[in-house]
Amino acid sequence: MFHFSNIVRTKGDPKIVEGGPSLKRPEDQLARALGWFSIGLGVVEFFAPRRVTETLGMEGHETMVRAFGVREILAGIMSLSVDKNAGLWARVGGDGLDAAALLSGLTADNPKKGNIALALLMVGGIAMLDYRAAQDTKPRRPPREARRKLYPNRSGFPKGIESVRTAARQIAAPAGNEVKQGDERRVP
Amino acid sequence: MKALVWHGKEDIRCDTVTDPEIQDPRDAIIKVTSCAICGSDLHLFHNFIPGMLPGDIMGHETMGEVVEVGSGVDGKLKKGDRIVVPFTIICGECDQCKRGNFSVCETTNRKRHLADKVFGHTTAGLFGYTHLTGGYPGGQAEYLRVPYADATHIKVPPGIPDEQLLFLSDIFPTGWQAAVQCDIEPTDTVAIWGCGPVGQMAIRSAILLGANQVIAIDCLPERLSMAEAGGATTINFETESVVERLNDLTDGRGPEKCIDCVGMESHVMASLPDTLLDRAKQMVMAESDRPHVLREMIYVCRPGGIISVPGVYSGLSDMLPMGAFMNKGLTMRTGQTHVNRWTDDLLRRIEEGEIDPSFVITHTVPLEQGPEMYQVFRDKRDSCVKVVLRP
Repeated sequence: MFHFSNIVRTKGDPKIVEGGPSLKRPEDQLARALGWFSIGLGVVEFFAPRRVTETLGMEGHETMVRAFGVREILAGIMSLSVDKNAGLWARVGGDGLDAAALLSGLTADNPKKGNIALALLMVGGIAMLDYRAAQDTKPRRPPREARRKLYPNRSGFPKGIESVRTAARQIAAPAGNEVKQGDERRVP
Repeated sequence: MKALVWHGKEDIRCDTVTDPEIQDPRDAIIKVTSCAICGSDLHLFHNFIPGMLPGDIMGHETMGEVVEVGSGVDGKLKKGDRIVVPFTIICGECDQCKRGNFSVCETTNRKRHLADKVFGHTTAGLFGYTHLTGGYPGGQAEYLRVPYADATHIKVPPGIPDEQLLFLSDIFPTGWQAAVQCDIEPTDTVAIWGCGPVGQMAIRSAILLGANQVIAIDCLPERLSMAEAGGATTINFETESVVERLNDLTDGRGPEKCIDCVGMESHVMASLPDTLLDRAKQMVMAESDRPHVLREMIYVCRPGGIISVPGVYSGLSDMLPMGAFMNKGLTMRTGQTHVNRWTDDLLRRIEEGEIDPSFVITHTVPLEQGPEMYQVFRDKRDSCVKVVLRP
């Protein structure tokens, strides 16, 4: 990407000669791919719901498909955001909804039930990927109960806080009212 | 040279890039001796601030030694000088610079057409930040070109370690300006949201400026312990109600002065529904900022009080309680820091041993480890408060 942005870079500004390693992990790439897939699928469901229902033999459910499209787009955007983990779990939940909706259409009189079975297989496969990516991208913040270093000796005042407080009060005090270190801190 | 380069959301790499060159007679090049990762760098890391391009060099807290000067620097700098580089690039000549409003310098933003469109009027150029503020290469690198170097520098004496001086570039004057903007009086209670590096500096500044009581609000034990060491009474917002504690500590009146050192990425908690809504809207790009702290400050601040906002906001904030703000007669002061307005005084305070800003450093690593440290700092791993990088 930086090759393109170099075009608009001011002449004389540093340009990349050799790229360093990226800290992006494979699971981050997977989350990104699933995010874009989700948006793509969502767009199809939202703009062409009839095509979807006809393929599955589930005519009459266009509103539901369109709603699922909105859900897919939102989950996709979330998966591409900093909060990708939340987006991926939203996708896992969405996979469950997709499977339930498909199962409802898997009736003996549906001439397209083969397509539904194929779609169920796909949803199962994608759900496994979603679940794995969600597990692998859990935030790496230390748990609340983890032991933390504390910094009780880092006041930043080499002469001590009281010395600073006294000096500040001295500046604020009216002329002639000299303030000594250790005087009552609270001013009435 | 080596530099930390932005490649996209959560993707900063230590790349080899071409060395900077003198582009204008007023330029200087410095060999960076120390630089730091700032909390606002994390907004760029998360790609919450628009206008970053792959290939941009990060960093706006930098100091080093002058190795080359342009012909127009006019003897104000020479090779071998040791300088801290303020994060705001200033010309020193425009009307705003003459008024001391350095962060809104009218000259130095070389992409001012973007800022004019987005902000209404341009602000100063900033190092290692978005192209809305000029897209100048930053100082998390081995060398840095300093534009308008005759004005954009803080000359520092030898004999004081980098660690004590480096933060004159940003977080120390930022915390100081936040406190000065509060017009602190000896009877005042100053409440400070966020105990990150700027919050820590704001706490010390409020103490130096004579606040009667300083209250610091955060949820991380290491940051709260550091705040307490600096003289603050602390509130852990995960275990206590901020509004109730602040009212308790001020006999029900509320703090006279409130400082927001959190900005656009406030903490999200299930017990605070507005934070959940903000997070959801931010994720789907329906809102750019999460302004929970602003809301809470407006609600709890004593009528007639002052709200000071050094925390970074990038765009649009929803559901600000303007009714309370107006009816309580509050004043809000904000802005990027007018670094050079404060640094003579702050340097003197460091030289006289009144304050040592190095207290905030918890991690010092080589520049090459920078990308990893962005993650450590973001995730608050290893009790990280402030990272200094050594090129």
